[in-house]
Amino acid sequence: MKVSYYPGCTLKSQARPLEEAARAAMARLGVELAELPRWNCCGVVHPLAADELMGHVAAVRNLVRAQEAGDGPLVTLCAMCYNTLARANRLMREQPDKLAVLNSFMDEEPDYQGGVRVEHLLGFLAREVGWEAVARQVRRPLTGWRVAAYYGCKLQRPREVAVEPPGSFQLLGGLLRALGATVVNFPATDLCCGSYQVLAEPALARELSSRILTRAGEAGAELLALSCPLCHYNLSRAAATGDPAGARPVYFTELLAWAFGEKEALEASWRPGPAREEGGHGRSADSPA
Amino acid sequence: MLVIKQNQTPTRQAARRLGALSGLEVALCMQCGACAGACPLVGHMDHNPRQIMRQLQLGLGETLVGCRAPWVCATCDTCNVVCPRGLDVPRVMEALRVARLRAEPDAVHPGGFAREELSQSPTIALVAAFRKVTG
Repeated sequence: MKVSYYPGCTLKSQARPLEEAARAAMARLGVELAELPRWNCCGVVHPLAADELMGHVAAVRNLVRAQEAGDGPLVTLCAMCYNTLARANRLMREQPDKLAVLNSFMDEEPDYQGGVRVEHLLGFLAREVGWEAVARQVRRPLTGWRVAAYYGCKLQRPREVAVEPPGSFQLLGGLLRALGATVVNFPATDLCCGSYQVLAEPALARELSSRILTRAGEAGAELLALSCPLCHYNLSRAAATGDPAGARPVYFTELLAWAFGEKEALEASWRPGPAREEGGHGRSADSPA
Repeated sequence: MLVIKQNQTPTRQAARRLGALSGLEVALCMQCGACAGACPLVGHMDHNPRQIMRQLQLGLGETLVGCRAPWVCATCDTCNVVCPRGLDVPRVMEALRVARLRAEPDAVHPGGFAREELSQSPTIALVAAFRKVTG
Protein backbone atom coordinates (compact mmCIF):
# COMPACT_ATOMS: atom_id res chain seq x y z
CA MET A 1 0.00 0.00 0.00
CA LYS A 2 1.21 3.50 -0.88
CA VAL A 3 0.12 6.46 1.18
CA SER A 4 0.78 10.19 0.73
CA TYR A 5 3.16 11.48 3.33
CA TYR A 6 3.94 15.03 4.49
CA PRO A 7 7.27 15.19 6.37
CA GLY A 8 7.63 18.82 7.60
CA CYS A 9 10.75 20.91 8.11
CA THR A 10 12.25 19.40 11.22
CA LEU A 11 11.99 15.80 10.00
CA LYS A 12 14.64 16.66 7.43
CA SER A 13 17.00 18.10 10.04
CA GLN A 14 16.98 17.59 13.80
CA ALA A 15 14.18 15.01 13.81
CA ARG A 16 15.49 12.70 11.09
CA PRO A 17 15.22 9.63 13.37
CA LEU A 18 11.45 10.18 13.62
CA GLU A 19 11.14 9.84 9.85
CA GLU A 20 13.80 7.20 9.20
CA ALA A 21 12.38 4.88 11.83
CA ALA A 22 8.86 5.40 10.46
CA ARG A 23 9.89 4.58 6.91
CA ALA A 24 11.69 1.42 8.00
CA ALA A 25 8.85 0.26 10.23
CA MET A 26 6.08 1.02 7.75
CA ALA A 27 7.95 -0.87 5.02
CA ARG A 28 7.77 -3.95 7.25
CA LEU A 29 4.01 -3.43 7.40
CA GLY A 30 3.83 -3.19 3.61
CA VAL A 31 3.13 0.55 3.62
CA GLU A 32 5.21 2.95 1.57
CA LEU A 33 5.24 6.54 2.77
CA ALA A 34 5.16 8.42 -0.53
CA GLU A 35 6.57 11.88 0.18
CA LEU A 36 4.60 14.71 -1.40
CA PRO A 37 6.52 16.40 -4.22
CA ARG A 38 7.29 20.11 -3.67
CA TRP A 39 5.97 20.22 -0.14
CA ASN A 40 6.67 23.34 1.90
CA CYS A 41 6.67 24.30 5.59
CA CYS A 42 3.16 24.00 7.05
CA GLY A 43 3.63 27.15 9.16
CA VAL A 44 3.89 25.13 12.42
CA VAL A 45 1.24 27.18 14.25
CA HIS A 46 -2.33 27.65 13.04
CA PRO A 47 -3.10 31.39 12.89
CA LEU A 48 -6.05 32.14 15.19
CA ALA A 49 -7.12 35.70 14.37
CA ALA A 50 -10.59 35.65 12.83
CA ASP A 51 -9.60 37.84 9.88
CA GLU A 52 -6.30 36.10 9.18
CA LEU A 53 -5.98 34.65 5.71
CA MET A 54 -2.43 34.77 4.34
CA GLY A 55 -1.13 32.82 7.33
CA HIS A 56 -2.99 29.78 6.00
CA VAL A 57 -1.42 29.80 2.55
CA ALA A 58 1.48 27.52 3.46
CA ALA A 59 -0.75 24.80 4.92
CA VAL A 60 -3.33 24.98 2.13
CA ARG A 61 -0.64 24.80 -0.56
CA ASN A 62 0.41 21.47 0.95
CA LEU A 63 -3.20 20.31 0.81
CA VAL A 64 -3.20 21.15 -2.91
CA ARG A 65 -0.10 18.96 -3.28
CA ALA A 66 -1.92 16.14 -1.47
CA GLN A 67 -4.99 16.59 -3.65
CA GLU A 68 -2.77 16.22 -6.73
CA ALA A 69 -1.27 13.05 -5.28
CA GLY A 70 -4.69 11.40 -5.44
CA ASP A 71 -7.11 9.65 -3.13
CA GLY A 72 -6.34 8.31 0.31
CA PRO A 73 -5.25 10.10 3.46
CA LEU A 74 -2.33 12.48 3.87
CA VAL A 75 -0.22 11.02 6.67
CA THR A 76 1.99 13.10 8.98
CA LEU A 77 4.40 12.05 11.71
CA CYS A 78 4.93 15.40 13.45
CA ALA A 79 2.16 16.34 15.88
CA MET A 80 2.42 20.05 15.07
CA CYS A 81 2.29 19.49 11.30
CA TYR A 82 -0.72 17.26 11.83
CA ASN A 83 -2.47 19.91 13.87
CA THR A 84 -1.74 22.79 11.50
CA LEU A 85 -2.69 20.90 8.33
CA ALA A 86 -5.82 19.39 9.89
CA ARG A 87 -7.03 22.76 11.21
CA ALA A 88 -6.36 24.56 7.93
CA ASN A 89 -8.22 21.78 6.14
CA ARG A 90 -11.18 22.15 8.46
CA LEU A 91 -11.20 25.92 8.07
CA MET A 92 -11.25 25.62 4.27
CA ARG A 93 -14.20 23.22 4.45
CA GLU A 94 -16.15 25.38 6.88
CA GLN A 95 -15.47 28.79 5.37
CA PRO A 96 -15.81 28.59 1.59
CA ASP A 97 -15.31 32.35 1.29
CA LYS A 98 -11.79 32.02 2.72
CA LEU A 99 -11.12 29.05 0.47
CA ALA A 100 -12.23 31.08 -2.56
CA VAL A 101 -9.87 33.93 -1.69
CA LEU A 102 -6.93 31.59 -1.14
CA ASN A 103 -7.62 29.71 -4.36
CA SER A 104 -7.70 33.02 -6.16
CA PHE A 105 -4.48 34.13 -4.50
CA MET A 106 -2.71 30.90 -5.46
CA ASP A 107 -3.78 31.21 -9.08
CA GLU A 108 -0.75 29.23 -10.28
CA GLU A 109 -2.11 26.19 -8.40
CA PRO A 110 -5.15 24.03 -9.07
CA ASP A 111 -8.06 25.07 -6.82
CA TYR A 112 -8.19 23.24 -3.52
CA GLN A 113 -11.47 21.33 -3.30
CA GLY A 114 -11.37 20.48 0.42
CA GLY A 115 -11.35 16.73 -0.08
CA VAL A 116 -8.06 15.72 1.55
CA ARG A 117 -8.17 13.71 4.79
CA VAL A 118 -5.27 14.57 7.10
CA GLU A 119 -4.19 11.70 9.37
CA HIS A 120 -1.51 11.33 11.99
CA LEU A 121 0.41 8.08 11.64
CA LEU A 122 -0.97 6.88 14.99
CA GLY A 123 -4.54 7.10 13.72
CA PHE A 124 -3.54 5.54 10.42
CA LEU A 125 -1.90 2.60 12.21
CA ALA A 126 -4.91 2.03 14.44
CA ARG A 127 -7.54 2.30 11.72
CA GLU A 128 -5.88 1.13 8.51
CA VAL A 129 -3.30 -1.35 9.80
CA GLY A 130 -4.53 -2.48 13.21
CA TRP A 131 -2.63 -3.42 16.35
CA GLU A 132 -2.79 -7.15 15.56
CA ALA A 133 -0.94 -6.64 12.28
CA VAL A 134 1.59 -4.48 14.13
CA ALA A 135 2.06 -7.15 16.80
CA ARG A 136 2.65 -9.81 14.13
CA GLN A 137 5.70 -7.90 12.87
CA VAL A 138 7.35 -7.67 16.27
CA ARG A 139 10.71 -9.46 16.28
CA ARG A 140 12.08 -7.94 19.45
CA PRO A 141 9.22 -7.39 21.92
CA LEU A 142 9.67 -4.59 24.42
CA THR A 143 8.89 -7.00 27.25
CA GLY A 144 9.53 -5.41 30.62
CA TRP A 145 10.12 -1.94 29.14
CA ARG A 146 8.26 0.62 31.16
CA VAL A 147 7.09 3.25 28.68
CA ALA A 148 4.74 6.18 29.18
CA ALA A 149 2.75 7.68 26.32
CA TYR A 150 3.29 11.42 26.04
CA TYR A 151 0.77 13.29 23.88
CA GLY A 152 1.81 16.89 24.50
CA CYS A 153 -0.59 19.57 23.33
CA LYS A 154 -1.16 19.13 19.62
CA LEU A 155 -2.41 15.54 19.19
CA GLN A 156 -5.61 16.08 21.15
CA ARG A 157 -6.24 19.81 21.22
CA PRO A 158 -8.36 21.46 20.09
CA ARG A 159 -11.13 18.85 20.13
CA GLU A 160 -12.14 19.27 16.50
CA VAL A 161 -8.85 17.85 15.24
CA ALA A 162 -8.04 15.49 18.14
CA VAL A 163 -6.61 12.13 17.05
CA GLU A 164 -8.70 10.81 19.96
CA PRO A 165 -10.77 12.65 22.57
CA PRO A 166 -8.77 14.65 25.13
CA GLY A 167 -8.10 12.53 28.20
CA SER A 168 -8.15 9.24 26.29
CA PHE A 169 -4.72 7.84 25.54
CA GLN A 170 -5.61 4.62 23.74
CA LEU A 171 -3.75 5.21 20.47
CA LEU A 172 -0.20 5.46 21.78
CA GLY A 173 -1.06 3.06 24.58
CA GLY A 174 -2.42 0.52 22.09
CA LEU A 175 0.70 0.77 19.97
CA LEU A 176 3.04 0.35 22.94
CA ARG A 177 1.07 -2.69 24.15
CA ALA A 178 1.22 -4.19 20.64
CA LEU A 179 5.00 -3.88 20.85
CA GLY A 180 5.01 -5.72 24.18
CA ALA A 181 5.87 -2.76 26.42
CA THR A 182 4.42 -2.13 29.84
CA VAL A 183 2.42 1.08 29.53
CA VAL A 184 2.91 3.43 32.48
CA ASN A 185 0.16 5.94 33.23
CA PHE A 186 1.30 9.26 34.63
CA PRO A 187 -0.40 12.55 35.41
CA ALA A 188 1.33 14.74 32.79
CA THR A 189 0.52 12.84 29.59
CA ASP A 190 -0.87 15.95 27.92
CA LEU A 191 0.92 18.68 29.87
CA CYS A 192 2.54 21.31 27.65
CA CYS A 193 6.36 21.03 27.36
CA GLY A 194 6.73 24.79 26.91
CA SER A 195 6.64 24.51 23.12
CA TYR A 196 8.09 27.44 21.14
CA GLN A 197 8.43 29.45 24.35
CA VAL A 198 11.84 27.78 24.63
CA LEU A 199 13.08 30.80 22.65
CA ALA A 200 11.45 33.62 24.58
CA GLU A 201 11.25 31.98 27.99
CA PRO A 202 13.76 29.11 28.12
CA ALA A 203 13.59 28.77 31.91
CA LEU A 204 9.86 28.37 31.74
CA ALA A 205 10.08 25.67 29.07
CA ARG A 206 12.73 23.91 31.14
CA GLU A 207 10.47 24.01 34.20
CA LEU A 208 7.54 22.40 32.37
CA SER A 209 9.66 19.81 30.58
CA SER A 210 11.42 18.81 33.79
CA ARG A 211 8.06 18.40 35.51
CA ILE A 212 6.91 16.02 32.78
CA LEU A 213 10.07 13.90 32.98
CA THR A 214 10.00 13.78 36.76
CA ARG A 215 6.34 12.79 36.96
CA ALA A 216 6.88 10.04 34.38
CA GLY A 217 9.92 8.85 36.33
CA GLU A 218 7.98 8.88 39.60
CA ALA A 219 5.31 6.72 37.97
CA GLY A 220 8.01 4.22 37.06
CA ALA A 221 8.50 5.01 33.37
CA GLU A 222 11.98 4.84 31.89
CA LEU A 223 10.93 6.14 28.48
CA LEU A 224 8.43 8.65 27.14
CA ALA A 225 7.06 7.83 23.69
CA LEU A 226 6.10 10.94 21.68
CA SER A 227 5.59 12.23 18.16
CA CYS A 228 6.53 15.92 18.27
CA PRO A 229 10.05 17.13 17.41
CA LEU A 230 9.57 20.22 19.56
CA CYS A 231 8.53 18.16 22.60
CA HIS A 232 11.51 15.88 21.88
CA TYR A 233 13.87 18.87 21.84
CA ASN A 234 12.54 20.45 25.01
CA LEU A 235 12.37 17.17 26.91
CA SER A 236 15.84 16.06 25.74
CA ARG A 237 17.31 19.35 26.94
CA ALA A 238 15.61 18.93 30.30
CA ALA A 239 16.68 15.27 30.51
CA ALA A 240 20.33 16.18 29.85
CA THR A 241 20.54 18.55 32.80
CA GLY A 242 17.65 17.58 35.01
CA ASP A 243 16.44 14.85 37.31
CA PRO A 244 18.50 11.69 36.64
CA ALA A 245 15.52 9.61 37.76
CA GLY A 246 13.28 11.19 35.16
CA ALA A 247 12.14 9.36 32.04
CA ARG A 248 13.84 9.94 28.68
CA PRO A 249 12.05 10.96 25.48
CA VAL A 250 11.98 8.74 22.40
CA TYR A 251 10.00 8.99 19.16
CA PHE A 252 7.22 6.42 19.00
CA THR A 253 8.45 5.38 15.54
CA GLU A 254 11.86 4.55 17.00
CA LEU A 255 10.24 2.08 19.40
CA LEU A 256 8.22 0.66 16.50
CA ALA A 257 11.34 0.20 14.36
CA TRP A 258 13.30 -1.24 17.26
CA ALA A 259 10.62 -3.79 18.05
CA PHE A 260 10.47 -4.75 14.36
CA GLY A 261 14.20 -5.48 14.49
CA GLU A 262 15.38 -2.33 12.74
CA LYS A 263 18.15 -1.50 15.14
CA GLU A 264 19.91 0.93 12.82
CA ALA A 265 16.88 3.19 12.74
CA LEU A 266 17.35 3.86 16.40
CA GLU A 267 21.02 4.34 16.80
CA ALA A 268 21.07 7.98 15.74
CA SER A 269 19.21 9.39 18.70
CA TRP A 270 18.51 6.81 21.31
CA ARG A 271 19.90 3.65 22.84
CA PRO A 272 18.56 1.43 25.58
CA GLY A 273 19.55 2.73 29.02
CA PRO A 274 22.25 1.08 31.16
CA ALA A 275 19.75 -1.13 32.92
CA ARG A 276 18.51 -2.39 29.56
CA GLU A 277 22.01 -3.07 28.21
CA GLU A 278 22.70 -5.16 31.30
CA GLY A 279 19.61 -7.17 30.59
CA GLY A 280 17.61 -5.75 33.48
CA HIS A 281 14.08 -4.46 33.36
CA GLY A 282 14.82 -0.80 33.92
CA ARG A 283 14.03 1.27 36.92
CA SER A 284 11.20 0.14 39.12
CA ALA A 285 8.56 2.47 40.48
CA ASP A 286 9.90 2.28 44.01
CA SER A 287 13.61 2.66 43.35
CA PRO A 288 15.21 5.79 44.87
CA ALA A 289 15.30 8.86 42.66
CA MET B 1 12.83 37.09 27.66
CA LEU B 2 10.94 39.14 25.10
CA VAL B 3 11.19 42.90 25.34
CA ILE B 4 7.67 44.30 25.24
CA LYS B 5 7.34 48.04 24.82
CA GLN B 6 5.34 49.58 27.64
CA ASN B 7 4.95 53.19 26.46
CA GLN B 8 2.62 52.32 23.65
CA THR B 9 0.36 54.87 22.06
CA PRO B 10 -3.32 54.61 22.97
CA THR B 11 -4.90 51.82 21.00
CA ARG B 12 -8.53 52.11 21.99
CA GLN B 13 -9.59 51.30 18.51
CA ALA B 14 -7.48 48.14 18.48
CA ALA B 15 -8.89 47.22 21.89
CA ARG B 16 -12.42 47.58 20.61
CA ARG B 17 -11.54 45.23 17.80
CA LEU B 18 -10.34 42.48 20.14
CA GLY B 19 -13.69 40.72 20.20
CA ALA B 20 -13.92 40.68 16.42
CA LEU B 21 -10.29 39.60 16.08
CA SER B 22 -10.81 36.66 18.42
CA GLY B 23 -14.11 35.69 16.84
CA LEU B 24 -15.36 34.90 20.35
CA GLU B 25 -18.49 36.04 22.14
CA VAL B 26 -16.71 36.98 25.37
CA ALA B 27 -20.05 37.66 27.12
CA LEU B 28 -20.57 33.89 27.20
CA CYS B 29 -17.72 33.49 29.71
CA MET B 30 -19.19 32.81 33.18
CA GLN B 31 -15.93 33.48 35.02
CA CYS B 32 -15.60 29.98 36.45
CA GLY B 33 -11.81 30.14 36.12
CA ALA B 34 -11.35 26.64 34.69
CA CYS B 35 -9.03 28.15 32.07
CA ALA B 36 -6.81 29.81 34.66
CA GLY B 37 -6.83 26.69 36.83
CA ALA B 38 -5.72 24.46 33.99
CA CYS B 39 -3.18 26.77 32.33
CA PRO B 40 0.33 25.34 32.84
CA LEU B 41 1.91 28.80 32.49
CA VAL B 42 -0.51 30.86 34.58
CA GLY B 43 2.09 31.34 37.31
CA HIS B 44 4.16 33.40 34.89
CA MET B 45 1.32 35.61 33.65
CA ASP B 46 0.50 39.11 34.87
CA HIS B 47 -3.21 38.62 34.03
CA ASN B 48 -4.64 35.12 34.04
CA PRO B 49 -6.98 34.00 31.25
CA ARG B 50 -10.10 34.46 33.39
CA GLN B 51 -9.09 38.01 34.27
CA ILE B 52 -8.46 38.76 30.62
CA MET B 53 -11.92 37.49 29.71
CA ARG B 54 -13.41 39.72 32.43
CA GLN B 55 -11.59 42.82 31.23
CA LEU B 56 -12.88 42.20 27.73
CA GLN B 57 -16.43 41.67 29.00
CA LEU B 58 -16.22 45.04 30.72
CA GLY B 59 -14.90 46.72 27.57
CA LEU B 60 -11.54 47.37 29.19
CA GLY B 61 -9.45 45.73 26.50
CA GLU B 62 -7.12 48.70 26.36
CA THR B 63 -5.83 47.90 29.87
CA LEU B 64 -4.47 44.68 28.40
CA VAL B 65 -2.54 46.19 25.53
CA GLY B 66 0.84 46.14 27.30
CA CYS B 67 0.34 42.96 29.30
CA ARG B 68 2.75 40.03 29.19
CA ALA B 69 0.27 37.15 29.42
CA PRO B 70 -0.31 36.64 25.68
CA TRP B 71 3.45 36.55 25.12
CA VAL B 72 3.88 33.87 27.79
CA CYS B 73 1.00 31.74 26.45
CA ALA B 74 2.29 28.74 24.47
CA THR B 75 -1.07 28.17 22.70
CA CYS B 76 -1.23 24.66 24.18
CA ASP B 77 -5.07 24.75 24.07
CA THR B 78 -5.49 23.36 27.59
CA CYS B 79 -7.86 26.23 28.46
CA ASN B 80 -9.78 25.58 25.28
CA VAL B 81 -10.67 21.97 26.10
CA VAL B 82 -11.59 22.64 29.76
CA CYS B 83 -13.90 25.61 29.13
CA PRO B 84 -17.46 24.52 30.03
CA ARG B 85 -18.81 27.12 27.60
CA GLY B 86 -16.63 25.81 24.79
CA LEU B 87 -14.84 29.14 24.39
CA ASP B 88 -11.63 28.96 22.39
CA VAL B 89 -9.64 31.08 24.85
CA PRO B 90 -6.33 30.87 22.89
CA ARG B 91 -8.04 32.99 20.24
CA VAL B 92 -8.29 35.80 22.77
CA MET B 93 -4.57 35.53 23.48
CA GLU B 94 -3.91 35.62 19.75
CA ALA B 95 -6.20 38.64 19.36
CA LEU B 96 -4.18 40.48 22.02
CA ARG B 97 -0.92 39.65 20.24
CA VAL B 98 -2.20 40.52 16.79
CA ALA B 99 -3.91 43.76 17.89
CA ARG B 100 -0.67 44.91 19.49
CA LEU B 101 1.49 44.02 16.51
CA ARG B 102 -0.86 45.63 14.00
CA ALA B 103 -0.89 48.88 15.98
CA GLU B 104 2.85 48.75 16.59
CA PRO B 105 4.76 46.23 14.46
CA ASP B 106 7.92 46.45 16.58
CA ALA B 107 6.11 46.29 19.95
CA VAL B 108 7.85 43.00 20.70
CA HIS B 109 11.48 42.56 19.87
CA PRO B 110 12.69 39.06 19.01
CA GLY B 111 16.15 40.26 20.11
CA GLY B 112 14.85 39.06 23.47
CA PHE B 113 15.07 35.47 22.30
CA ALA B 114 17.74 33.52 24.14
CA ARG B 115 20.91 33.55 22.02
CA GLU B 116 21.90 29.99 22.92
CA GLU B 117 18.44 28.77 22.01
CA LEU B 118 18.47 30.61 18.69
CA SER B 119 21.56 28.70 17.64
CA GLN B 120 20.38 25.30 18.84
CA SER B 121 16.61 25.21 18.54
CA PRO B 122 15.09 23.07 15.81
CA THR B 123 13.36 24.70 12.84
CA ILE B 124 9.94 23.90 14.29
CA ALA B 125 10.64 26.12 17.33
CA LEU B 126 12.07 28.99 15.27
CA VAL B 127 9.17 29.11 12.82
CA ALA B 128 6.54 28.90 15.57
CA ALA B 129 8.14 31.51 17.84
CA PHE B 130 8.86 34.02 15.08
CA ARG B 131 5.36 33.71 13.67
CA LYS B 132 3.91 34.50 17.08
CA VAL B 133 6.01 37.63 17.64
CA THR B 134 5.79 39.03 14.13
CA GLY B 135 2.06 38.57 13.61
